Order: sequence, then C-alpha cells, then structure tokens
Amino acid sequence: MHDIYNFVSGPLVWVSFIIFFGGSLYRLISMAVLARKKDVFVYEYMSLKFGLRSILHWIIPFGTVKWRKNPLFTIVTFTFHICIIFIPIFLSAHIILWKESWGISWWYISDTAADVLAIVVIASCIFFLVRRIVLPEVKYLTSISDYVILAIVAAPFITGFWTYHQWPGFKVMGIIHIVAGEIMLAAIPFTRLIHMIFFPFTRGYMGSEFGAIRHAKDW
Amino acid sequence: MAEPAIKRNDESYKIVDEGIDKGIARLSPEKIEQVINKVLAAETGARLKTYVETCVHCGLCSEACHYYLSHDNDPKFSPAGKVKQTIWEILKRKGKVDPEFIRDASRIASTECNLCRRCAMYCPFGIDIAYLMSVVRRLCHMLGVTQLYIQDTAHSHSATLNQMWVKEDEWIDTLFWQEEEAQDEISSLRIPIEKEGSEIFYSVIAPEPKFRAQLIYQAAVIMNAAGVDFTMPATPGWDNSDQCMFTGDYEMMGRLKKAHFETAMRLKVKRIVMGECGHAFRSVYDVGNRWLAWKMPPIPVTHAVEFYYELLKQGKIKIAKKYDKPVTFQDPCNIIRGKGLHEKARYVVEALCEEFIEMHPNREHNYCCCAGGGVINTGPQYKMKRIKGNRIKAEQLFATKTRGAKVIIAPCHNCHGGIEDILHHHGLDMELHFLGDIIYKVMEKPV
Ligand code: SF4
Ligand code: SF4
Ligand code: SF4
Repeated sequence: MHDIYNFVSGPLVWVSFIIFFGGSLYRLISMAVLARKKDVFVYEYMSLKFGLRSILHWIIPFGTVKWRKNPLFTIVTFTFHICIIFIPIFLSAHIILWKESWGISWWYISDTAADVLAIVVIASCIFFLVRRIVLPEVKYLTSISDYVILAIVAAPFITGFWTYHQWPGFKVMGIIHIVAGEIMLAAIPFTRLIHMIFFPFTRGYMGSEFGAIRHAKDW
Repeated sequence: MAEPAIKRNDESYKIVDEGIDKGIARLSPEKIEQVINKVLAAETGARLKTYVETCVHCGLCSEACHYYLSHDNDPKFSPAGKVKQTIWEILKRKGKVDPEFIRDASRIASTECNLCRRCAMYCPFGIDIAYLMSVVRRLCHMLGVTQLYIQDTAHSHSATLNQMWVKEDEWIDTLFWQEEEAQDEISSLRIPIEKEGSEIFYSVIAPEPKFRAQLIYQAAVIMNAAGVDFTMPATPGWDNSDQCMFTGDYEMMGRLKKAHFETAMRLKVKRIVMGECGHAFRSVYDVGNRWLAWKMPPIPVTHAVEFYYELLKQGKIKIAKKYDKPVTFQDPCNIIRGKGLHEKARYVVEALCEEFIEMHPNREHNYCCCAGGGVINTGPQYKMKRIKGNRIKAEQLFATKTRGAKVIIAPCHNCHGGIEDILHHHGLDMELHFLGDIIYKVMEKPV
C-alpha cells in the first residue's frame, strides 16, 4: 500500500499536471491555429476592451440579467466554481505536501473552513445533479457524459472529506482521493471541462462582436 | 437519462412544402454524407468546434428563446435543444444522416429559429446559436432543401438582384409615380434618380415598390422637407434586402451586396441610408460585407432610425404637432442587438409622440417578432407556427396595451409582418406603424 501511495502521490502527480498544462496549452494553440486557418476574421473582430467588458459582467455574481433572473443558480454556481479552485490550492494538507516535496508553501485556510467549503462543493454537485434530472430543459440536453463529468468533479471532494474525517477505510480512500484529483485535472483539457479554458475566448468574442460592431451589451 | 434527439410526432411535421419535399426526394444518404462533410471541412473551423465542445449542456439559454417560452417551455425549442437535434447529431454521426433527418433539420433551423441572437445574452459562454443554426441552413441549401417560398425570393434575387421580381422599368416607374403623387402635396418635391455625387443613396427593400409604395412617398417627403441631398439608382442594386443570407446561399448574398455597394460607388455618394428594415441592415452592415471580405461596409451605412435621429437632433425636421395616441416601441433585434440603436430610437419616438410606454422586456432584451431571420419568408404554411411560436410576444403586447399603449411603432418590415399576424390572431386591437408613418403625420411640410 505504501508503494501505491508513493506512486500516486509522486509520479502520477507529475503526469496529471503535465497532462493538464500540456493538454490545455495544446487545446488553446490548436484552436488558435484552426481559427487562423478557417475563421480568420475572429482575429479581426476580437477586441480587448469589449471582450473584457463582457467577461467582467459575466464573472461578477448578479452582473448580468441572466444571473439576476436565476438567483439560486447564480449563488450556487459562483460559490461552487470559486470553491473548486480555491480549496485545493489553499488546503493546509495540500500545502504540507507541497512543502515536503518542493519546499514551497503559502497561506492556507483552517481545516474547519475547508471542511465547510467541501460540504458546499458536494452540496452544489448534488444541486447540479438534481437539476439535470428534474429540469426538463436540462434533462433534454443531458447525456451520460454529463453525469460522468459531474462525478469526476465531485469525487475528489467526497473522497477528501472522507479521508479528513478518518471514516472507515480512510487510508484507501486517501489514495482514491489523490487519484480522483489527478483524474479531474487530466480530464479538463479533454472533456467539456475545457469550458474553464475556453470561457474567456467564447465570451470575449461575443462581447467583441456585440460591443465593437453592434454597439450593444451582451449581458 | 439521454433522450432521443429527434421526435417526429409534432404537428409542424404535417406542413406541406414542395420545396422541402422535392429536395428531400432527390437525396440519398451517400449524397448527404458527402455534401455535409465537404461543407463542414471547407467552411467551418474553430468557432463550430469550440462552441460544440464548450457547451456544458446547462440549459441556461432556454429562457432566452421566444419559441421555448411560447411552447410552454418545451425543451425541443430551447436554443441548445435545437443544436442538439441538428449539429450535435450531424457531428456525432459524422454526416451519416438520412433524408428525413435533413427534413427535420431544415424545419428547425429555418422555421424554429429567427437568428435573433437573444440567446447569446443568456448563455454564460456567449455561444452563438444563431451561427450554428446558420450552418445548418447552409448545409440544407447545399443539399437543395429549402422552403419553397423563400427559395423563390432567392431565385428572384439571383435573376433580378431584387427580392420581388421587380423589373427595371417597374422600379423606375414606381419612383416617378410616387414623385408625381407627392408633388400634389408638395409641388417642388423631387425623387432624384441617378444623381451622381449626391450625399446619400437612399435604398429600400423590394417589397416597398411592390406593395408599400407609400413608404417611398413618405421618405421622399421627409427627405425634401429636411433638404437632404439624396438619390435613388435606376439600375439593379437599389434593393438592400437579402433572403439569400437566410437560405444559406452565401455566393448569391455576396453578389447582392457587391451590386449594392458598387451602385453606391458608381453614384459617388458619401453614404447609404436605408429604409426601416432590420434584416437588410444585418445583411449590409454585418453579414454580407464579411462575405466580401470587408471588415466593415466599404461605404458608411445608416439605418433609418439613426437617420431620423440626426434629422430631428439637427432640427432639419420640425414637428408641427406631436402624435397624441400613446405609443409603445418594438426594438427590432437586427438594429438593436445588431447596432445598438435603442436609445436613438427612443429619442426619435419621444420627439414625435406625446406619450411613450415601454414594453417589457425592452432594448437588447426585447423578444424577437418571430418573423425575422427569413422565417416569415418561408411562406404562409408556416404562419400559424410563427404565431404559436410567439405567444410570449402577444402577452408582452397585451401587457403594454393594458398599461395604455394604443399604437406599436416598429421600424422594421419583418417586425410588421410578424406583429400584424400576432395582433390579428389574438384579436389585439392595436395600431402598428413605422417611424416614417408618424414623422410624415406630425412634421411641418413645405408647400
Ligand atoms: S430564435 Fe433567437 S433566441 Fe431562439 S434560438 Fe434562435 S437566435 Fe436563439
Ligand atoms: S448554449 Fe450555453 S447556455 Fe445553452 S446549454 Fe450550452 S452552455 Fe448552456
Ligand atoms: S423582424 Fe425585426 S424583430 Fe424580427 S428578427 Fe427582424 S429585426 Fe428582429
């Protein structure tokens, strides 16, 4: 078991980071090259000012009509997205690991806070799951892959929570937790989780078209 | 869990359209696969790929669409729902779809989406559903599957360079005729034809000379009263409309816009001012020019709303007595989400009318009339579909009427068509006018 632990918390971490950064970079570059070849006018119309203007409205909670119309969804989606980036980076247990292997460390949140935030993330995932099953307009669009993606995102938090509380089998769960985190990271470039990487470009482009050409708001 | 993309039991399926039937009859799965893959490879790229791969299937765009809202939130009519039934399937099956699939795809893209772009303001990623539906229309066009009526207007465009089979002499006659009529009212009035070096080329859509010649009369009165130096061409190229943009016949769209711009160049005008039409503006200002590789139109283009704004602001038109019936304003998507003319339009309305009552939602968030994007041009078979597809507009208008509005001002030809049908069907007793109608009524006229 110790060997497995060493493997998943050593080389596999590297692999997942390489897949994540390399894959994301590959996706970005190949998109840029394809756009240069086939949608070259995208470069002409892209406007930094109007792109950012639109992005800014959309990343501020309640900054758009859409966000204001669906307050519950807005609150859940913003907390969820902030938490899944924030928790892994500022968790004390993670920082200890980084310190041990790379000698770097930074500010971290208290374990209780992390615990609460993990519950928030898990609850959000349940919210998204229920939404997919219950709301007809979401159900209609949903395919099996959407559930798989949701599971990929929820898994590191559920397993992490389990391990932290030292529930039965937590040692094995700890290993599963590490693997789950690595799977999530590696899945980002190659699943619809890519929306995290592409968001600034799709939104920025629509913002540019609306702002610079059409002199209208897109929020 | 995963629901089938296509359900073929809804009533719209029974609509008989020869253009579709004959087109479908000529198809084979092999031909479809070959054409689809050829078009996708040649004409689509990063945008299509990124939009499809970024969409997280969240359904947030649903409530943007008037079709969805008007069909009791039926997911088949949601923006992403339409993409699921068309583009996603086509990509998943790598173009291996049967002729009946193409029949459904054409119905969805051409009669269940107005390309109004409202959904782009509700999808957090700004995924351009209107673009995706245009790709479907393009595929259908390349497969020879287009609704008969709109295909007829596309044929007219290609044979005459105008939408309504107006012959050259008929066009010139109409201008002379309207000039003569208007001279009864203002004896010095002129509609200068082919006047090289004029400030403005005034362009209209072909339905104006064909059915609504009084609009040319009114425009002439406004131009003459304001002392505007304008001209209208005697040659093809006078029509700014463009149904080819909507059928996916982009080669023809390019020819039309080229003729239009070249006419302006030949007349050596400083700019084109166009009548109150939304889709024509989209074609000249946004879509057609791009096909011709002009980032922006090669010659400035001004929509009527903006032009009236200038005339009023500069005091070139004086108001004798404001219009006294309470009015509301339909923001046409192609000049609001298409050019941001909402505040200028309000300036004009308030300058002309005593009482202005907003409808809700408004400005960029107004609902489309359900006629635009070529949908009204698909023909009378689809009329009930448009009316049913925009119950939400009827509700919006009714609510505005309850708050006192008696007149709807809509500076767009398609909006007129769409709203007229809605008013009539629901027995909503409201008047419908262009801005030009109101200006003509309330302005000071020379004698
Ligand atoms: S009709 Fe308008 S809102 Fe509906 S899908 Fe088409 S572009 Fe989007
Ligand atoms: S188009 Fe946008 S809003 Fe609609 S389902 Fe896809 S990601 Fe969600
Ligand atoms: S007709 Fe008017 S509202 Fe309807 S699509 Fe065109 S511009 Fe938009």
